[in-house]
Amino acid sequence: MNTREILIMAASGLLLAGLACLPLADEGFWLTLGISLAGYVAMSTAWALFSGPTSYVSLATAAFFGTGAYVVVNLGETAPWPAVLVVAAVCGALLALLAGMATLRLSGVHFVIFTFGLAELIRQLVTWYQTNIGGAVGQYVFVDISSAQIYWQLLALCGLVFLAGWAINRSRLGLALRVIGDDETVAAHSGINTARVKLLLFCISGAFIAVVGAVLAPRWTYIEPSIAFNSMISFQVVIMALLGGSRRLWGPLVGVIPFTVLYELISGHFPNHTHLLLGTAFLLIVYFLPQGVAGRIEQLRLRRTHRETHAARSPATLGETAR
Amino acid sequence: MLFLILFTSLLLGGAYALMAMGLTLQYGVARIMNLSIGETLVGAAFAAFWLQTQAQVGPLWGLLVITPAAFVLNWLIYRHLLTPLVRRAKNRGMLEVDSILATFGLLFILQGVMLALFGGNYYSYSYFSEPVELFGHTFALNRIVAFAVAAAVALALYLGLNRTRTGTAVRAVSVDPVAAGLVAIDVARTSALAFAIGGALTACGGALLSMFLTFNASMGVVFTMKALIIVIMGGVGDPRGAVIAALLLALAETTVATLVDPGLTLAATYGLFVLILLFRPQGIMGRRTA
Repeated sequence: MNTREILIMAASGLLLAGLACLPLADEGFWLTLGISLAGYVAMSTAWALFSGPTSYVSLATAAFFGTGAYVVVNLGETAPWPAVLVVAAVCGALLALLAGMATLRLSGVHFVIFTFGLAELIRQLVTWYQTNIGGAVGQYVFVDISSAQIYWQLLALCGLVFLAGWAINRSRLGLALRVIGDDETVAAHSGINTARVKLLLFCISGAFIAVVGAVLAPRWTYIEPSIAFNSMISFQVVIMALLGGSRRLWGPLVGVIPFTVLYELISGHFPNHTHLLLGTAFLLIVYFLPQGVAGRIEQLRLRRTHRETHAARSPATLGETAR
Repeated sequence: MLFLILFTSLLLGGAYALMAMGLTLQYGVARIMNLSIGETLVGAAFAAFWLQTQAQVGPLWGLLVITPAAFVLNWLIYRHLLTPLVRRAKNRGMLEVDSILATFGLLFILQGVMLALFGGNYYSYSYFSEPVELFGHTFALNRIVAFAVAAAVALALYLGLNRTRTGTAVRAVSVDPVAAGLVAIDVARTSALAFAIGGALTACGGALLSMFLTFNASMGVVFTMKALIIVIMGGVGDPRGAVIAALLLALAETTVATLVDPGLTLAATYGLFVLILLFRPQGIMGRRTA
């Protein structure tokens, strides 16, 4: 770790501590907004851990999220809370393992298609199980957790996701992942087991998202499959991560805040027009911000340093400095 | 029972096949993974509904309006929305990601417009809904008519692709766009044509489905999913594979719906998909790529 990294770590730690004071100031609107922001930051950063470097667009977010929520439905009242979160993480990783094993040795398109319907598939299976084998379709969740505690858990989770992303970036795994993203054939030829690397990262990403689902589950009190496995979550997470820029660890963070605020505003005032908002956002990103805000900032910075070095070398400026 | 399942799935498979042939042209030739294809289908279903109930034009005559309209619309979409992406992409993978995201945008915008126009209710209309006795079982006449039309359109497409110069050009671009350019095929124009024909076929399938299925504005995603799985199953770019896979999918769905539970049709679809991914990822008619 160099000085710069220590400084960034310290600053992020302070920022997290500062954000953790929010419930002391307000228990209403701002805390609710804080919870949804923290949840989306954790999910879209976890999404970008896998999909950023590999460019495999995963639409399985809602499936992981719902799996986490359903772990709480089944275990929340009997098992201790930390154990519930661990089980949720394991279930998320297992689901990612199954989906990944079927698709990740093939091309990206197979993967997109498979994840596209995954949440809907699990929703159908859960509904079918509940109507035909056991229990009612909707269930109540009685877990004694306050909103402030949910918020703190999500903040801690955000910290964990960022730490994990930072650790992966500087490890052999991160390097392997970047090579795969640049050229999968080259990666395979230089001895990287591409399928295994992708699978591992997908499992890590899935586990984090499942934990977000578990932490957020007590907020609903009543859960049914169509709430937990709502495929809109998948699309929102993709847009937020891409808007911010999925190639940088801090990219999704930049995308989450404006999009969540805009989405809340639109769904509050024009509930029927959220689809149009999502559609327009997708098109705007593809045509005007293909690398996201983070990518655009980097591009501008690169262009400036390029211009500066270029200007320094040109004879005209040399003459000026000599004078 | 067996005969009933086989015949019902054959009748359903006809409309699926049109949609899947449309997607296989769009993805296999124009190289655009069109995830808004289900919305094209549902849009055509709404158009047929509107023509039947408001303008008193039956869906069979309506096809003569809907199909050309879809052709023009998809041509415009390819020319103005997707060509910049094709130009920008450095390789096939980049175009795939870009086209997936752009057509997501289209998906939501089309769905948003249909929701604004028709709301979230289910729609259906009655057309040729008298019963027909066939081999001791009763079927609705509209299903049989829809299947006959679908079969005729599929046959026309097959002949067009295999017996005309334009069709040969389309198949050449599907095999290798660079090599097709070397033998003086206008790849950009042929791709636009394939994309537009794909959209027209899908719209045709949608109008036919609307004759016997209830539909609503947010249903497109389910059809997109089916079309995608059929295309992968049949082998990308091969209309014959799309037909076979569409019939197989309809068979799996009908079997599960009649013998097990109608709520598990998607599970059946996924089961087929996983089998294909595990044992024949290049598809039934596909060739293994290097």
